[in-house]
Formats: sequence, C-alpha cells, structure tokens
Amino acid sequence: MTDKLIIGGKEYSSRLLVGTGKYKDLEETGKAIEASGAEIVTVAIRRTNIGQNKDEPNLLDIVSPDKYTILPNTAGCYDEDSAIRTCQLARELLDGHNLVKLEVLGDPKTLYPDITATLKAAEKLIADGFEVMVYTTDDPVMAKRFEEMGCIAVMPLAAPIGSGLGIRNPYNIRTIVENARVPILVDAGVGTASDATIAMELGCDGVLMNTAIAEANNPVLMASAMKKAIEAGREAYLAGRMPRRAYASASSPIDGQFF
Amino acid sequence: MQIQLNGNTLTLDNIATVQDLLEELKLSGRLAVEVNQKIVPRSKFMSYELKSGDTIEIVHAIGGG
Repeated sequence: MTDKLIIGGKEYSSRLLVGTGKYKDLEETGKAIEASGAEIVTVAIRRTNIGQNKDEPNLLDIVSPDKYTILPNTAGCYDEDSAIRTCQLARELLDGHNLVKLEVLGDPKTLYPDITATLKAAEKLIADGFEVMVYTTDDPVMAKRFEEMGCIAVMPLAAPIGSGLGIRNPYNIRTIVENARVPILVDAGVGTASDATIAMELGCDGVLMNTAIAEANNPVLMASAMKKAIEAGREAYLAGRMPRRAYASASSPIDGQFF
Repeated sequence: MQIQLNGNTLTLDNIATVQDLLEELKLSGRLAVEVNQKIVPRSKFMSYELKSGDTIEIVHAIGGG
C-alpha cells in the first residue's frame, strides 16, 4: 500500500520527523535517527565555535543532506527579524534548499509561539520563496490562516516543547486535520509512543519530535518504538476504527448456548 | 583591522576577503557568512572585501528540535 507523506511536492515513506538536539553525542544522534526511520530531520543554526577542534565531526557529517531532508528551524527566535535571518542563513548554508521550520516564540517558560510575529515572518518568508512548515498552537482558526497564506505544512503543538505531556486537546487537533488541505503534523510535546499513535489516529499526516526520543532512558530503543507507533496509528486511522458505544455489544453469539 | 566576529572583537592582519578570514580561522565545511546583517554568498567569498568595523557572523548547523 503506497501511503506516502507528501511535503512540498516530495514524497516520503516515513511519517516520523525527528530533531537532532539533546543527545549525549553525535554517535547517539546518528543511531537514534537511524532507528527512527525518519527521512526529515531538523537542525538549528548557530555560530560556529572559532577555534574548535577541526577534527571533530559536524552534525551534517552524521546526518548528511545527501541522505536526509534537512529541516532548519528558527529555534530561539522571539521576533520575525531573527527568524527571517536564520532562514536566509540556513538556505545559504544548504545551497539553496528552501524548506524551513518556522517557529517564533513568545515566552521562554512555555516556549509557546507568538502567533502575530509568526504570521508576519511566514508572510515574508513565503514571499521570499521559502517553503514554510509552521509551528503553531492548536487553534483551528490560526491553523487555517497559516495554510491559506501559503505555508506548505501546519504543525500544531501537542503540548509545550519538551514537556512530554502528549496531546492535550485532541478535539482541536482533529478539527485542524478535518479543515486542512495541507499536511498537518503534530510538533512538540510528545512524550511516549502512545502519544504519537494518538496523533496519527486523529488523522495527522505526521509527527515531529525530539525530546521524547533524546530524553528517553534508551533513545535508540525509543526511536524504534516511535517508528512503530506512527505506523500503527496510521494503519488504525486508515482502517477506520469501530464506533464507541455507551453500552456493551457482546462478541460471542447467544444462539446455541447449552446452559 | 578590527572586526566583530561571532560576538567577539578580533584584530586581524593580512585579511582582505571573507575567504582570507575563513582560511585564517581554518574554517571549512557547511557554513554561512553574514557581514553587517547581510549574507555573503559562497560564490562571493573570494571577492568580498572586509573593512574595519565590520560585524561578521559565521554560522553552521547543530543539533536542534
């Protein structure tokens, strides 16, 4: 069954997108990503260390743009200008690759997005030819607005970044999915495998996660769990679940009872 | 000349272009350069001339979510 995830005109087999932050070291990063089966991987853009050991491998040596679709993020940006600058530097660094994850934060404690700044940044980035996957809240009105302005994917949070709380408002996520004509990916707040499965059962096109894998006791094993969780949730969604009932419906027939 | 590089003041001799700076710092690989908040494309590294007082950012990709 071909059930590809299509983002920006490109097809992907995996509906699990992963971040590269918070790992013990680059070796663990590489192993976890491999175990996850992810094809799209986020990175952050930061100053090089002047005077760093030249023999140290770089992240993109472990996670090569030849093998993965790199998704630079605008993490840490609290205003549209820094987000736009980050995207432009990322595009330069990746030889014109213009897919970006836009996040403009509003508050350091919750890392919730600043929607007004995100809207402004998205508008300018789209006008400058970027393909924007936008991190946003689970507000169905805003999600639709980001889609209508030209974002190629909308990524509502499940819960705050790194909180591991799972989807706090499944009804909103479902509404966003129902209204959408672009891929909807839950991004942020996933904690364990069942959270990812629930996202897929709600009809999401994919899930983006970082902390859930990197901060597991065994990240490589959790990455493997997440891969299966996403697949299970997707199949359950496509299979069409049974209805919920207020009362029981026996699974064995009454006819032929001998007692 | 004196420049600001990645938030630090640096005094450099014999540096004319961005390429000179990268070679002096032994930086290579996938990176992007911004001078006075404007990107200098890789194709211009050898020709873009730095001036005293320039503010330079050299960035690369690292782990992030």
